Amino acid sequence: MADILLDVRGLVKTFGALRATDNVYLDIRAGETHAIIGPNGAGKTTLIGQLAGNIRPDAGGIHFDGEDITGLGASARARKGLARSFQITSIYREFTALDNVALAVQAHAGHSFRFWRPASKESTLRDPARTILHDLGLGDRADVQAANLAHGEQRQLEIAMVLATRPRMLLLDEPVAGMGVDESQRMVEFLSTLKGRQTIILVEHDMDAVFTLADRISVLVYGQVIASGTPEEIRANPEVRRAYLGEEAEA
Amino acid sequence: MLTRIRTIALVLGLASLAALPPVALALDEPFYIDLFRRFMIFAIAAVSLNLILGYGGMVSFGHAAYLGIGGYAVGILAYYGIDNGFLQWGVAIGASALVALVIGAVSIRTSGIYFIMITLAFTQMLYFLGISVEEYGGDDGMSLLTLSQFGEWLDLSDATTFYYLVLAILIAFMYIVHRLVNSRFGMVIRAAKSNEVRTRAIGFSPYPYKLVAFMIAGAMCGLAGALLVNHTAYLTPDFMHWTRSGEIMFMVILGGVGTTAGPLVGTVALLLLEDTLSAWTTHWQLFLGIFLVLVVLFAKRGLAGLLPGGKRNG
Repeated sequence: MADILLDVRGLVKTFGALRATDNVYLDIRAGETHAIIGPNGAGKTTLIGQLAGNIRPDAGGIHFDGEDITGLGASARARKGLARSFQITSIYREFTALDNVALAVQAHAGHSFRFWRPASKESTLRDPARTILHDLGLGDRADVQAANLAHGEQRQLEIAMVLATRPRMLLLDEPVAGMGVDESQRMVEFLSTLKGRQTIILVEHDMDAVFTLADRISVLVYGQVIASGTPEEIRANPEVRRAYLGEEAEA
Repeated sequence: MLTRIRTIALVLGLASLAALPPVALALDEPFYIDLFRRFMIFAIAAVSLNLILGYGGMVSFGHAAYLGIGGYAVGILAYYGIDNGFLQWGVAIGASALVALVIGAVSIRTSGIYFIMITLAFTQMLYFLGISVEEYGGDDGMSLLTLSQFGEWLDLSDATTFYYLVLAILIAFMYIVHRLVNSRFGMVIRAAKSNEVRTRAIGFSPYPYKLVAFMIAGAMCGLAGALLVNHTAYLTPDFMHWTRSGEIMFMVILGGVGTTAGPLVGTVALLLLEDTLSAWTTHWQLFLGIFLVLVVLFAKRGLAGLLPGGKRNG
């Protein structure tokens, strides 16, 4: 199929006796929002780490837009358009929000062997960064040091940085984790505006967010994909209910 | 604007340095010209280390290597009768950059304690090389018989002229580092220091940027070495001793890492303290140590960080 953007074939990652990723196959279609759910310890973050290039798989391959990227590191994959957010917010805490996003713009604006002109005066970096901050509702927080932003704002800032790299695919690891109800609702609304325009892999525990946003869902249990399908199919799948959703309902 | 207070403090400090020679001469205390010239030469070394340590997070425990390379470049050329200063100092800068390229290429692949140990190990190798080469004085070192020559308009044997040359280089380097760390290039190395994982995740490969920063810092410190050998008119492997590397590191930390004025403040404070304490007691290192521990514990951002307006953006 021509419209498969990310093709994961037989991915395996073990940590000692633990098979964190156990022969995972996934194909992510261009333009879809594909959620990966699963109980704690199912290996979701490990899987994202392998897709983003932070963790090297033991076996299997990853193809992005038809190209084998299994051997590429995180920065090379980011330059190809795979951008990730982290479960634990990863931003530049001592820089302003605007600096954070401008750096992400800079990373995709040619080489950075420019030694003299202050980066803070380069409108080609600052203007797009301002626009993205504005889109995420952080427009009036641009000059605040990132460490002084509220937790939810920091999560938003990280998404802003991810978008500033003009990615072809987003890997979002629990984007609403730790957010308040209002904040998480706003984030879900924002992410839904990206639907169709962006290809997104979404790892998330918040089932409301998942069922609102996802076009397809894959369920990961003990490192294995036990089911893959539309939200309706997943909801109706007895194996999933037993392994995961039921467990949630009991808790 | 609180940052303005820091700028004013820096300008006042530099103005005092500029005013020092005529005052010292008027008071018939030319010794102070010599003293502060030495301070400023070490401040140049500290400014260069601050670029990689303060802004790049590369804790090099071998920065004295470049004082040695710069010093030996001048000393060895002079030994063979080549006393042209432009050539000598050019070689000092170039050789230091080259050595920094080699040391950096290996050490920047590591981080944390490994980086510290590798930079230290390289510098120890150079130190023992200096000791073992008898031709250039070995352990005892050798005199610099003629100072670097720049024609008649710049005579280093004139204490005041030499002093102002050092001051001019110091100011120029502080300005260059200030520009560098705020440029695109500088933003990359600061980003890599702040959060390396994030920096890779947005698409930067920090390695080449860190390596170039490491080379620039080495080259700058190489010039400090060329100045130092002209200042002492004597060259020994002690230029590269590991305690010297530690001293330069302390100057940066004491003054405040990642600030424009920090290295200068830290250098003057540390060397003044060393001189004062050692005149007072033979156990001066004990008191110096206690002072440094107190600064690290209670003024985490160094002496420059005690000034208001502490925005750490250079």
